[in-house]
Amino acid sequence: MPGYEWDFGKAFLHPDLWLTALTVTLGYAAATIFFGLVVGVIAGMLLLSRHWFIRTPVSGFVQVFRCTPLLIQIIWFYYALPVAINLTIPAWLAAGMGLTFYMGAFSAEIFRGGIMSIDKGQWQAAKAIGMMPWQVMRRVVLPQATRRMIPPFVNQSVLQLKNTSLLSIVAVPDLMYTAQIFVSETFRPLEVYTSLGVIYLIILYPLQKLAKRLERRDDV
Amino acid sequence: MTSEREAPMVELDCICKNYGKLQAVKGVSLSVPRGEAHFIIGPSGCGKSTLLRCINLLEEPTSGRMRVGTIAMKFDGGRLPMSTREQAQYRARVGMVFQQFHLFPHMTALENVMEGPRTVKRLPAAEARSIAEALLKKVGLAEKRDSYPKHLSGGQAQRVAIARALAMSPEVVLFDEVTSALDPELVGEVLAVIRQLTEEGMTMIVVTHEMAFAREVANSVTFMDGGVVVEQGVTEAVLGNVTNPRLEQFLRRFRA
Repeated sequence: MPGYEWDFGKAFLHPDLWLTALTVTLGYAAATIFFGLVVGVIAGMLLLSRHWFIRTPVSGFVQVFRCTPLLIQIIWFYYALPVAINLTIPAWLAAGMGLTFYMGAFSAEIFRGGIMSIDKGQWQAAKAIGMMPWQVMRRVVLPQATRRMIPPFVNQSVLQLKNTSLLSIVAVPDLMYTAQIFVSETFRPLEVYTSLGVIYLIILYPLQKLAKRLERRDDV
Repeated sequence: MTSEREAPMVELDCICKNYGKLQAVKGVSLSVPRGEAHFIIGPSGCGKSTLLRCINLLEEPTSGRMRVGTIAMKFDGGRLPMSTREQAQYRARVGMVFQQFHLFPHMTALENVMEGPRTVKRLPAAEARSIAEALLKKVGLAEKRDSYPKHLSGGQAQRVAIARALAMSPEVVLFDEVTSALDPELVGEVLAVIRQLTEEGMTMIVVTHEMAFAREVANSVTFMDGGVVVEQGVTEAVLGNVTNPRLEQFLRRFRA
């Protein structure tokens, strides 16, 4: 854009608000990643059940949350749930639930895939020395599967942190929402959004690096 | 010495295993006295490995009776009349060594051997460790105790796997083509360990394609083809003067 004068000072008129927004984003990311993993591990185990009447509904849940945009899930929890079942939940909770279940659905597949990737021979060898199925899981399968699950879990967490930007649509004051307010105040969208992008980059680049390191680890 | 009247360690009576319509094992009976080595031979797909896996319940027989030591069971196509715990306790007494070793890759050689005594028998760590160290020494791998499986040769890995099975002090050990995945020059070291076990009076059932080895150490032999027993008896009787055309044809391939 010829003649445009960049003024990044305008983007940082309220450093304290940036900081508050950063706290909200990181807090949401941490909490929804944690609860998402809890949901994911439970759902992942249920997906491995021998019984179809357990597998099928869980698989349904996973597919719905994997195959619909997160944006729609958040909107649905916030706007549609009150209409559908007459249950109004606050914006922060609706958004948190959307993010948690979204993370949970992807984590479930990562968990299930990790367990399935362990060679059948490991089960047989462990059973052959007299282990109970839960002992096989705890001593032989999980330790190996966990190492394989860590890189995809980190990748999913990187995506999750970026996805928290969708919180803004239900007015949760995260980085994105705060940036929108700054834009309307300063009419400097280029400076504000560029700065915001850099902030995400600074947080996520080291995480992504870590994931790469873990992928290369080959001690098993 | 075992008395003449002592009941065999392992007795199979008319064991069948079907996969849907496919009959992999069709009514095999055999008995192995305590302290003897019974070899099962036969062409690929004859059901010998399936039979072996039936013996420690990795496959559930479709029908027949089976007894190992004091544990007897009968199969009639319905639910196995054994809880998951009872099956685990049963398997703890029946060792198994696999063609592909199946060592636990996240554990060292020593930890692999300790795992059964620790987790299944719940022995104190020190006791499990001394059992495992003694067994690794026995299979000639004392110096490899801290190596991970991926740093072991096939022959070494298989010897660790044998030690892992022995660590449970099983009443019988099942060997499922344990040298088939090995480079030829590594076969000898594994056979040497098995030979030593036969000399020590370990009861074992061995599925193998190593005919010279079978002639040398087997007390008795079963020749299977198409899921049924074709010939069975003491080694000299079965492999000595071969009259059965199917066995003759099978053995000819090993002489070439």
